[in-house]
Amino acid sequence: MGFLDIANVTKSYGAVEVLHRVDISVAEGEFLVLVGPSGCGKSTLLNMIAGLEGITSGEIAIKGRAMNGVHPSRRNIAMVFQSYALYPNMTVAQNITFGLEMHGVPKPEREAAMTRVAAMLQIDKLLDRKPGQLSGGQRQRVAMGRALVRNPDVFLFDEPLSNLDAKLRVDMRTEIKKLHQSLKTTIVYVTHDQIEAMTLSTRIAVMNKGYVQQLGTPKDIYDTPANVFVATFMGSPAMNILPARVVMQDGAPHAAVIDAAGQTRHLRFSQPGMAGWAGREILLGIRPEAITDPEGADRKSGNIQHLSNTVVVTEPAGADTFVTMTLSGRDVVGRMRADVTVTPGQSFGFTINMDKAVAFDPDTEARIAP
Amino acid sequence: MSAVSQGTAVSNGRFTRVLIHVTLLVFALFYLLPLFVMLVNSVKPLGEITGGNMMALPKVWTIQPWLEAWSTAQIGVQPTGLRPYFINSIEMVVPAVAISTLMGALNGYVLTKWRFRGDTVLFGLMLFSCFIPFQIVLIPMARLLGLMGLAGTVPGLIFVHVVYGLGFTTLYFRNYYAAFPTELVRAAQIDGAGFFRIFTRILLPLSGPIIVVTVIWQFTNIWNDFLFGSSFSGQASQPMTVALNNLVQSSTGVKAYNVHFAGAILAALPTLFVYIVSGRFFVRGLMAGSVKG
Repeated sequence: MGFLDIANVTKSYGAVEVLHRVDISVAEGEFLVLVGPSGCGKSTLLNMIAGLEGITSGEIAIKGRAMNGVHPSRRNIAMVFQSYALYPNMTVAQNITFGLEMHGVPKPEREAAMTRVAAMLQIDKLLDRKPGQLSGGQRQRVAMGRALVRNPDVFLFDEPLSNLDAKLRVDMRTEIKKLHQSLKTTIVYVTHDQIEAMTLSTRIAVMNKGYVQQLGTPKDIYDTPANVFVATFMGSPAMNILPARVVMQDGAPHAAVIDAAGQTRHLRFSQPGMAGWAGREILLGIRPEAITDPEGADRKSGNIQHLSNTVVVTEPAGADTFVTMTLSGRDVVGRMRADVTVTPGQSFGFTINMDKAVAFDPDTEARIAP
Repeated sequence: MSAVSQGTAVSNGRFTRVLIHVTLLVFALFYLLPLFVMLVNSVKPLGEITGGNMMALPKVWTIQPWLEAWSTAQIGVQPTGLRPYFINSIEMVVPAVAISTLMGALNGYVLTKWRFRGDTVLFGLMLFSCFIPFQIVLIPMARLLGLMGLAGTVPGLIFVHVVYGLGFTTLYFRNYYAAFPTELVRAAQIDGAGFFRIFTRILLPLSGPIIVVTVIWQFTNIWNDFLFGSSFSGQASQPMTVALNNLVQSSTGVKAYNVHFAGAILAALPTLFVYIVSGRFFVRGLMAGSVKG
């Protein structure tokens, strides 16, 4: 039994089931991120935890107490909304203490709690202002202050950073992480941004079409994605997925792929169990950072495969240069060092770290190996 | 070094500007003419009206017609002036406006933030009530007022105007609250505020503009109503509009036009007053800052 238990929970609107049998158990102090494209059901699930939407079947429990049908204000949760949802008619101070006031907390205690939170979030100079007089980042802080002051069991964040500009978003992300590290609170955080998910979470639930596709630590999700959806959704640029045939050569399984010149090239697998797929088609997944120039190859890797192929496009991005080639008819992106010298059209020696390769079943798109 | 155009459709040279202002001035004067006639004739002795030019300024200025219209003119059979009826109208219009506005706000709140099965149908029916002509309501309403024991009383008139105004006030508030971010209501729910607390602490304080619109609309309509007033009021509960009609109709002998003019202005003053006073509070942008726009 966890701190927050989501057991067999479904949600239907009429005959349409939008959330299918979700099972997640969150331990105390965990930072769970629900990530997925829009319409995947992540916000619905969050609203169900908050009590803003009903549970069609299954059970949500906090600290072992079933929350089905319990009013949002009695769940001891706090929520930070995407639009901040600050009360525009109240000052920052009133916004922060409104919840305490509604719960009948005496005024001196409210003031003390507010002062503590305001100092923690560095908004103590803004307490007399109205939300309309604040910048986006300041509103974000006030919204977090309003959640923090309640000292709830579970914090719920509904895409809290998506309204901020790019630089501020990165700063606030770090701050949320710091806050979690110092307060050790239990957080459920919804986002569509896979970088937010990777950086903030202790565990990630990747959702799509109402199903939890994979639940695991950021490293699990990144290195061993459960299926093609998770593999391509997490990571930027996305994992390269290309059709390949498993062939045996010198007694070892290889992935046979076709280069730009139409030649079949063999890349040796280091994953166990691939021999069982000999002679069959698979989908081969390779992260861009596993495709490098020879000097940039991972020295710790036990299986570096060399492949010379024609460069299609180069995209210098400052820290790295992304180089695109064609393999098995697909564009395949590799991540090179910034100062690598490549020009489109030239033949270039790519090195592929096959230790990091992932194989998927082409029919079910589920992971076969590793 | 030509100045950047300000984006007006017509060229704004000196000649065009003068032409526009002269035209506007002529129209303004034309529209103000009736008010001028009423004001001028309400402050001159009757002799100057019957014997002379309606448009002329008074030779002798007098406030006698105003005093007469207010306190001594013959209304129906009683020489009471318009004062008791003015008070009747105030006693009718203030509660009627307050109740219908508050109920409209509650309806709008429920119809947008506490949606239930069939709410759009219900709203459609309420909207439909805006288009029901007054005349259709008269007889059923008379019967209903009789059954409730409110026939011929000021509370009866309040009831009629609240019922009739509810469709409009609900429409105004529903449309205003439809644009109101639902996340605010959800945040307040999580904060522990209940149905009425969310309404009084969050929604109502942000409803200034629409309250002003509704109050102006309801006040003007109810104050100016004649049909319900004449149909459902007794001798003691007649509103101002009915009394004004009686003042004009009941004069025997010479018609005291100056008194009639003064009475008509008296009857129009409150709506003018409400418009001028509350119009100043008709400010936009009260929603600024609640959510990122």
